Amino acid sequence: MSDGQIKVAYWPGCVSRGFTTELHGSMAIAAQKLGIELVELDRANCCGAGVIAEHNQELADTLNARTFALAQQTGLSMMNICSTCQGAQSECQQRLDADSSYRAHINEVLSGQGLAYEKGKDGFTNKNFLWLLVEDYGLDRLAEKVTRPLSGLRVGPFYGCYVVRPKERLGYDEFPERDLYLEKVIEALGGEVVEYDGARKCCGFPVITMNRDTSLRQAGTHVGDALDAGADCLVTPCPLCHLNLDMQQPEAAKVVNRDLGLAVLHLPQLVSLALGASPKELGMSKHIASTKWVEERLAAVPA
Amino acid sequence: MAEYTLKVRRYQPESGEGAYWEEFKVELDPSLSVLDGLLQAKDRDDGSLSVRCSCRAAICGSCGMKVNGSSTLGCKTQIGEAHEQANRRKKEGVPPPMGADEEYKPANGEARGTRTREPGREIAGHDERGQAGAEDAPIIIEPMGNMPVIKDLITDMESTHWTKIRRVTPWLLPHGEAPEREYVVEPESMIDITQSMACIQCGACVSSCLSMEADPDFIGPAALAKAYRFVGDPRDAETKERLHDLAHDPHGIYDCTHCFSCIDACPKGVAPMDQIMRLRRKAGEEGIDDDPNNGHSHEEAFVKIIEKKGTLDEALLVQESYAPGVKGKLKPSMGAIKGLIESLPTVLRAIKTGKARSAHKVIPGLHPKLPGGAQDEVKAIYKHAEEHREEFNIYIAGEDEDFVEPEPDEPTDETLAAEAAAAADTKEES
Repeated sequence: MSDGQIKVAYWPGCVSRGFTTELHGSMAIAAQKLGIELVELDRANCCGAGVIAEHNQELADTLNARTFALAQQTGLSMMNICSTCQGAQSECQQRLDADSSYRAHINEVLSGQGLAYEKGKDGFTNKNFLWLLVEDYGLDRLAEKVTRPLSGLRVGPFYGCYVVRPKERLGYDEFPERDLYLEKVIEALGGEVVEYDGARKCCGFPVITMNRDTSLRQAGTHVGDALDAGADCLVTPCPLCHLNLDMQQPEAAKVVNRDLGLAVLHLPQLVSLALGASPKELGMSKHIASTKWVEERLAAVPA
Repeated sequence: MAEYTLKVRRYQPESGEGAYWEEFKVELDPSLSVLDGLLQAKDRDDGSLSVRCSCRAAICGSCGMKVNGSSTLGCKTQIGEAHEQANRRKKEGVPPPMGADEEYKPANGEARGTRTREPGREIAGHDERGQAGAEDAPIIIEPMGNMPVIKDLITDMESTHWTKIRRVTPWLLPHGEAPEREYVVEPESMIDITQSMACIQCGACVSSCLSMEADPDFIGPAALAKAYRFVGDPRDAETKERLHDLAHDPHGIYDCTHCFSCIDACPKGVAPMDQIMRLRRKAGEEGIDDDPNNGHSHEEAFVKIIEKKGTLDEALLVQESYAPGVKGKLKPSMGAIKGLIESLPTVLRAIKTGKARSAHKVIPGLHPKLPGGAQDEVKAIYKHAEEHREEFNIYIAGEDEDFVEPEPDEPTDETLAAEAAAAADTKEES
């Protein structure tokens, strides 16, 4: 934690500029309010989401080495806003960092583009917004910035598998509480944490085109459990989870055969709401599951 | 020596009652295992407490269980660490796993005397933050998941685990007559399957599997890791048939949701999910592209889109996953038509809220490329990687020694020689 200015090489990912543009916009607002400077990596490519690695591991490793090299050119640490990007990139980074001759082989093709991924003495840092917020920005500093505490808002955390497992790859040795950060952030923003079974489970999105029933059963079960536990909304640092929990929510409701209707917020949206941004500028009207109830709850407590 | 509380989910079928929680106080060294703690409770407090175990050294695979909600071996989990984990979760107000904070209601009859009653469910646990009381969190112990419970911590391994293992034909199917003596293979050709051979059949991965939780028919992590053990074996002659079988089972290799639970659960580093991804990779390499889950076409579509566009064209991915290429559109399968129709309401809703209002988000192929020559860089990477297709496995290769950065300012023999040569040049010039 530091009081210093934070400036990062920023990888927004594909989905935040695709089906969840409200996330990209909200991150810009959150960064501005927090005083985090974002240097966007607009030439970087898709992380492969584990799917490219499933096709050709070397291809996924090289594509991500390119992104890391582009970040290294800026001389800054890298930040992402997607659990899936974090997991897929950490997986490739683990292989690249494990072996210098493998790294050299990967760098062969990057050298033609004037790029190279270097492991460096302290290792290359790539953190999603949630990790950066707690570990570098600091919860106390975050709490000080809050202008509209989320008092009375009952928020269920939903992490996304790719920032929770495998622990050994995702830096849990150094930061053993990474799977507790959403709870900490919700509390720092003045909200109330809702406990329910699904917070660290799978949203089902990776198999939505392969096994629709399995996929939607997972999403529907978690949303239902959160509703039963009294949640006003969920918050997630993963836009792919958002696709299944929010965009597919009406379809998931059919599979689990019950009424759902629970707002799902992106992490930067929740942060920005507590920092005074309006639901409108955070693009909350684009969500499929209505966020009206969240807005009403917040309006009941004056900013 | 330290004192710990074990909160065990118990089930005694002969009593006719449902499952319930019971707490045991045990006293042992923090470096001993959760299994040691359970055996002490069984020895001192209640001989009917049932747990399967044998070697106590993470070799026999008998004592699979859930500790604080995570599937693992009881003998491989240090009780001190399990206690720390329980405290951390309690302090942060993270719920104990699977309703462990609620009392199990007996199916009939009165509660037994030894049963402990828990205070009401506390949301978030704010009040306990940082208080001394939080240091006394019980270690929560449950039987494995995704399997029927026979008694206490003993699960029925047969009905799920072993049935699924047998499903993948877990024996060698070599060509022709067996040789008179042993098969001879190059040792290097067996290295690839050493990771999947490390499995001890404990079932921890099956217990943790989130796909199986939603789809009990999923073949699952243990059996698919076992399948790779034979797919990768150079002596086996039915590689393609095995892959075809696993790809064409709608609950086979394309039913895994990438949740990584099995990787964390496995006490032997088998990383079953990684083996499932290798099965997908091998199936693709064998040209098995017509699986009923559209798994291969999804992968192909994804890979091609990034080559062309650099970032994901979601509309094109949906279209090409279900109806790949010209053939897929001229002769779409019933599954493809069903899939596309089922995804229509979602697309329409997205257009309505403005989530997908711009043309390139709904019309496949309009998504822009990366700017300023970056797309060509991505294409060059594809060319290089598709030529080599190197697969780096840390389990087998291990990791380099810690990185030592060369001191840029420290003179090396080469730089000294270069400097001397430069000095000589200058001298000559002057």
